[in-house]
Amino acid sequence: MAREDTYQTERARLADLSDGELEARFWQVTQQIVDPLVDLARSHTSPSIERSVLMRMGLDSRTCMAVVAECEKRGLLGHGAGHVVWHCAHSWQCAVSEAARRLAAGDGWQTVAAKWGGTA
Amino acid sequence: MSGLPPLQPNEKLDVAKLLEGIASYRPRRKGWTWRRQVPKQKLGPFEYHETSESLRRSVPLPAAHYFGDIDPQPDCVVTTEIASGRFEDDIRRMRMAAWHGADHIMVIRTAGQSHMDGLLEGTPEGVGGIAVTRKQVRATRKALDLIEDEVGRPINFHSYVSGVAGPEMAVMFAEEGVNGAHQDPQYNVLYRNINMYRSFVDAAVAKKIMASVRMAQIDGAHNANATAIEAWKVMPELLVQHAINCAYSVSVGMPKEDICLSTVPPDAPPAPCMRMDLPYAIALRDLFGEYKMRAQENTRYMESCGREATVSHVLNLLISRLTSADIQSTITPDEGRNVPWHYNNVHAVNTARQALVGMDGLREMVTVDRTSPELVQRVRELKERAVLFLEAMVAQGGYFAAVEDGYFVDSGEYPETHDDGIVRYADGGVAAGTIVERAADYLAPVCQHFGDNHLPDGTAKACDLVGGCTLCDADKVPFTDELDPEDNVNVRLAQTADLRAQGLIKPEVEWAADGVVVVTLFLPVAERVAEFAALELGKAMNLQDPQVIHKQVMHPAEGTLIEMKGRLEAAVDPSTLVIPPRPQVLTDAEIRAFVAERALKVVAATVGEDEHSVGMREIVDIKHGGLEKWGFRCEYLGTSVPIEKVLDAAVEHAAQAVLISTIITHGDVHRANMEQLADLAVEKGVRDQLLLISGGTQVTDELAKSWGMDAGFGRGAKGIDVASFIVKVLRERGS
Repeated sequence: MAREDTYQTERARLADLSDGELEARFWQVTQQIVDPLVDLARSHTSPSIERSVLMRMGLDSRTCMAVVAECEKRGLLGHGAGHVVWHCAHSWQCAVSEAARRLAAGDGWQTVAAKWGGTA
Repeated sequence: MSGLPPLQPNEKLDVAKLLEGIASYRPRRKGWTWRRQVPKQKLGPFEYHETSESLRRSVPLPAAHYFGDIDPQPDCVVTTEIASGRFEDDIRRMRMAAWHGADHIMVIRTAGQSHMDGLLEGTPEGVGGIAVTRKQVRATRKALDLIEDEVGRPINFHSYVSGVAGPEMAVMFAEEGVNGAHQDPQYNVLYRNINMYRSFVDAAVAKKIMASVRMAQIDGAHNANATAIEAWKVMPELLVQHAINCAYSVSVGMPKEDICLSTVPPDAPPAPCMRMDLPYAIALRDLFGEYKMRAQENTRYMESCGREATVSHVLNLLISRLTSADIQSTITPDEGRNVPWHYNNVHAVNTARQALVGMDGLREMVTVDRTSPELVQRVRELKERAVLFLEAMVAQGGYFAAVEDGYFVDSGEYPETHDDGIVRYADGGVAAGTIVERAADYLAPVCQHFGDNHLPDGTAKACDLVGGCTLCDADKVPFTDELDPEDNVNVRLAQTADLRAQGLIKPEVEWAADGVVVVTLFLPVAERVAEFAALELGKAMNLQDPQVIHKQVMHPAEGTLIEMKGRLEAAVDPSTLVIPPRPQVLTDAEIRAFVAERALKVVAATVGEDEHSVGMREIVDIKHGGLEKWGFRCEYLGTSVPIEKVLDAAVEHAAQAVLISTIITHGDVHRANMEQLADLAVEKGVRDQLLLISGGTQVTDELAKSWGMDAGFGRGAKGIDVASFIVKVLRERGS
């Protein structure tokens, strides 16, 4: 919506604030805007975030890409792709790199389905 | 550490060697490095108040030779942006920029990578920037480690943690020792049309990882300035964008001292930009005093004139000096017309170095008058407009609702709106619908993870579950080499291998051996005719693909200045060059001391029937850097002076040297003059007390000596050559 410059009338409610109070208001309202964004981030994940988890577990980018794509396909991202790999490594008594390699190749998903449901 | 010997200033960086062992190369430090300030630093005859430690090796500013070659380094970090599209060419540019004082090297990323949902590997070529990959980053960091040792100051390496793959970029950068990065989810939303939910969710994880290695973060607010229709109206919004990214970053755990605001003086002449932009710069620093300022230069009003861009940038630098800058960024003055060329990168770094050093300590004498009514009113107004903007966002329903309503990059000065802002939708954009709610058992068995993470009870450290993560154990970091057999550095290097092997010399601006040159022409015709005439002249000069990159009207009818680029498909073999040895000259101080001690005098004249005085004036006059500069007393007798009169004057003044100039040489007049001078000096019995020197465009030292002179100086000779000769001979003679 186009609007004329209403600054002079709107500023009335700020006019009595000291400079310090105005600056405090600036940061307080900013935080009010940012808090729900932080909450959203805290409670959500994404394919890139999950690949970044697998990367930190020492996996190369192509393996990360394949494992996360498989997780997405099966609706498992919300449990964490690293969780899936870790669970399989645990079940199979192997290194996470080995578990990730097998999952990336499309193998072993029955172990995952047994825990979280979905297709193998 | 690099396994490579130190760089030698007289040797080129060998990219093939650099790539050897790249799979096992690890960064030697992480995190950002600020310059080390030196209060009241003494350099040459001067004391500096705003400088940092000097470089071990550098190319000083051009005028430095008048000041003992000092190279004072400003207090703030200086940025250059490198964007050749080929990392092997990028690193040579980095080395050149570092020698001119850049210690923050920003690598521009290829267009389109921000929309790739995942990482690239190998070293593919980019457009207007490189593909940022692990191999490219690692090889560049390795090169910068060598370069920083060469110049003697840490170099901060920087790229982008933006786009759809932000968290992955952040991990790779943290692993590879990248020291700084752009990260601002608002940039993704507004300028890359990446889904807003995805951008903010990803950003939290990316920021947390960046913070874990103390990477400096630069925000993206300056883009609002670069895209605004009327940049002077965007100031309240800039404050809002900075605030959202700062508060979001702090909320996810980033220390305030690692958060840098990318701030640009929004305006440029012919607007009265200093009076418009200074209140903004002050309002910003009032509100964001705990954060760092990355002062960027204005690109919004850049045209193809490098001179105009440079003046605007110097005005930006004045604002930096009158307020503050922790990082002074530079934009090449040719940004307005092409991919930045390396020598323009260097020019931009030098603009910053020159201006900042020139304004050293200025604030102690010239301060901003914070009581000026206009300044007080405008600073307050900007803050109030920003608060009104923020309050309206809250009333609207928060950030996402405000973006959907087109709050950002509107051409009105808030609360004025023109309803022309950038509109994005929560369910739209690249990667829409890709965020997923974390389940009650969500688990990420790694360190530095942001958000809900349900680690098993008793887990001391998240990565203990998987035997360590790459942020804790560098040996776990994987390496992927080239995936594309055609599009990689080895193939590109092979294309120029012959040129390198033979040491052939070919001009370049963007890539090795691209052959690109620029010619400057003045054509005495109107602008449009000049442009097309220039292209024809380019063809006549054998330039391939000539293109006019700058034109400027000198007068609508009298003429136009043209700058034109083209490719020159020619190379020079240095082994075929005949390069005369450089004349050995003495230092100014040596000459001055000797001349003063002996009170040296010379008598000079243009002899024979010759009315030319220019050549001799060049050699004698102080104004032209002639003998008088070092204290020689010079008797200039004028033009067409008979030889006998010259010698009489030399005797009368007890001169040590006689200088004759013979320019016109019809019928061997110059030879006759010299022989006559030598013979007459012998006759008068003064030959041993006088140095006889002749000069002129046709004169050579060999000829002059064969005709009885002590020396001859031809075309291009300078006062310093003659002065050095006189002092050397007299010193040898002990007279």
